[in-house]
Amino acid sequence: MEAQATAAARPFTTKKEFYAQFRKKSIAQELWLRFLKNKTAVIGLVIFAIIVAVAILAPWLTDYKGVVVKMNIAERLQAPGAQHWLGTDELGRDILARMIYGARVSLLIGISAILVSLVVGLVLGGTAGYYGGKIDAVIMRAMDVFLSLPDVLLALAIIAAFGNTKLNLTIAIGLSFAPKFSRVVRSAVMGVRGNEYVEAARSIGALDWRIIARHVLPNCIGPIIVQVTLYVANAILTIAALSFIGLGIQPPAPEWGNMLASGRTYMRDFPHIVMAPGLAIFFTILALNLLGDGLRDTLDPRLKH
Amino acid sequence: MARYIIRRLLALIPVILVLTFIVFAILSWTPGDASTIILGSEYTPELGAKIRAELGLDRPLVVQYFHYIWNLLHGDFGMSYVTRAPVFDQLSVRLANTAWIVISAMILCVSVGIPIGISSATKPNSIFSQGAMVFGLMGVSMPIFWLGLLLILLFSVKLGWLPSSGLDNGLRSLVLPAITLGFNYMANIMRTTRSSMMEAIRQDFIRTARAKGVSEHDVIYDHALGNALMPTITIIGMNVGTLLGGVVLTETVFSIPGMGRLLVEAINQRDTPCVLGTLVIMAITVAISNLIVDLIYAYIDPRIRAQYGAKARKA
Repeated sequence: MEAQATAAARPFTTKKEFYAQFRKKSIAQELWLRFLKNKTAVIGLVIFAIIVAVAILAPWLTDYKGVVVKMNIAERLQAPGAQHWLGTDELGRDILARMIYGARVSLLIGISAILVSLVVGLVLGGTAGYYGGKIDAVIMRAMDVFLSLPDVLLALAIIAAFGNTKLNLTIAIGLSFAPKFSRVVRSAVMGVRGNEYVEAARSIGALDWRIIARHVLPNCIGPIIVQVTLYVANAILTIAALSFIGLGIQPPAPEWGNMLASGRTYMRDFPHIVMAPGLAIFFTILALNLLGDGLRDTLDPRLKH
Repeated sequence: MARYIIRRLLALIPVILVLTFIVFAILSWTPGDASTIILGSEYTPELGAKIRAELGLDRPLVVQYFHYIWNLLHGDFGMSYVTRAPVFDQLSVRLANTAWIVISAMILCVSVGIPIGISSATKPNSIFSQGAMVFGLMGVSMPIFWLGLLLILLFSVKLGWLPSSGLDNGLRSLVLPAITLGFNYMANIMRTTRSSMMEAIRQDFIRTARAKGVSEHDVIYDHALGNALMPTITIIGMNVGTLLGGVVLTETVFSIPGMGRLLVEAINQRDTPCVLGTLVIMAITVAISNLIVDLIYAYIDPRIRAQYGAKARKA
């Protein structure tokens, strides 16, 4: 309203601009404007975008072989300064450079792990929620078994068996989040499946998988997107945690959790060594939490107060 | 009610069966079994075969599994492959340490999180309340293993007030691990209490209570709180699992010999009986805490209590 009023007060220069004010906004546009009003969510989005940009640009920002994993004992444990902005670690490696490459690992595994659990969750949760009855009972009881263990422990067991390559870590974390995802998808699907358009699709003879894929899931997208954001945060935290206890990404490859683990021994005399990686994890999780909360407010107007 | 509790406990049995089977299967696929770990550099195929026969690893997986379950039903968690001592003895020592940390973390969280949540909901625009929200948001985003390191740096290294490792100094050594383990949990409890309390305060019955002259204290603590506590209790119960996951990290940071460390060590040494024992205990703990949450629901909410009563009468 306010924006329109100020726009109307200004003289229009072109015809296009004049008609623009009467055009109906698309749903996406409207959601985007609603999202922009949520300041904390925008802050979250900006921080996360910066972290993603740093991760993507890592090869141009620093040199992996020459700096990130190369020992340089002469410069070990230096405090932050002009040459090394965040100081160096116990093997003389630049902490900032390692942090930048750490972002790459965390984001890559975090996001792809959640894609794994999204696929599993959509299939299992979608099936359970759409058909209900016995199928629902069987799938959800099976999920309950996995939910009876904390997700870190489930991931631990999988990694223990198959080893801690990046692919295995991704699958382990993805599978450990899948039961929770299935629940989210299931409840969203159950809320949608009784709607008239679903019935209409069924009455013209659409197949079940088509109804689920074309009519049911697109209408559940809101709560799913919110959960994806929050679970990516969780997945990144899990990778860091696993690496911290020595079962995740192995040194010398840089990862925020293993940087903390190896820096621990020296932190009494050189506290800077554990500051940067910790802050990196903290801000990534914080950004995703802010973003997730903001998306929830945007996509689910019922929760707005 | 008793019937309900028994039914819930019986429902735990299939969960434990499936869970143990999955872990059993996963660990048996692992390349390099316990014999290679036990023998280390002295490994020869003959010695390995001898050890495997001794441990029963040469039998088919299903036979091993049923053997394990049979023993478990008799309260026998088996022998550790590595220490050759009963797993149960190891578990019971470690379990006590872990229980101390978990219980003190829970007490801390509930006794700090709920009051802050309540008071920040009653005055949502005050500085205190805004501060509590920022704190809550930071709390849920904090990686607890990093928090633990920071606490050690501040309170042990710099100020020298509290010990940085082990549990040998009684209550004093519990303080930092409890804060570390419970930090996310506390923030979560606080945020949930705050939002459900704000929801409750807006309801019509609160206006009615105020209109008929109930004191503000009674309105908040009697009328609103009883209705607002349900989501908080859900969060408390649901997160016991997460708390147990956090135990692994907290025990690593503070070098405490507990269940979490035991699990990681056992995984590294391919000590299947030990891994299984730890996971079984953790699964049982999670299931029982979920059951307790459901019972507390019934205690607080008369509507749910009535449901149980109706079910019992029908049956």
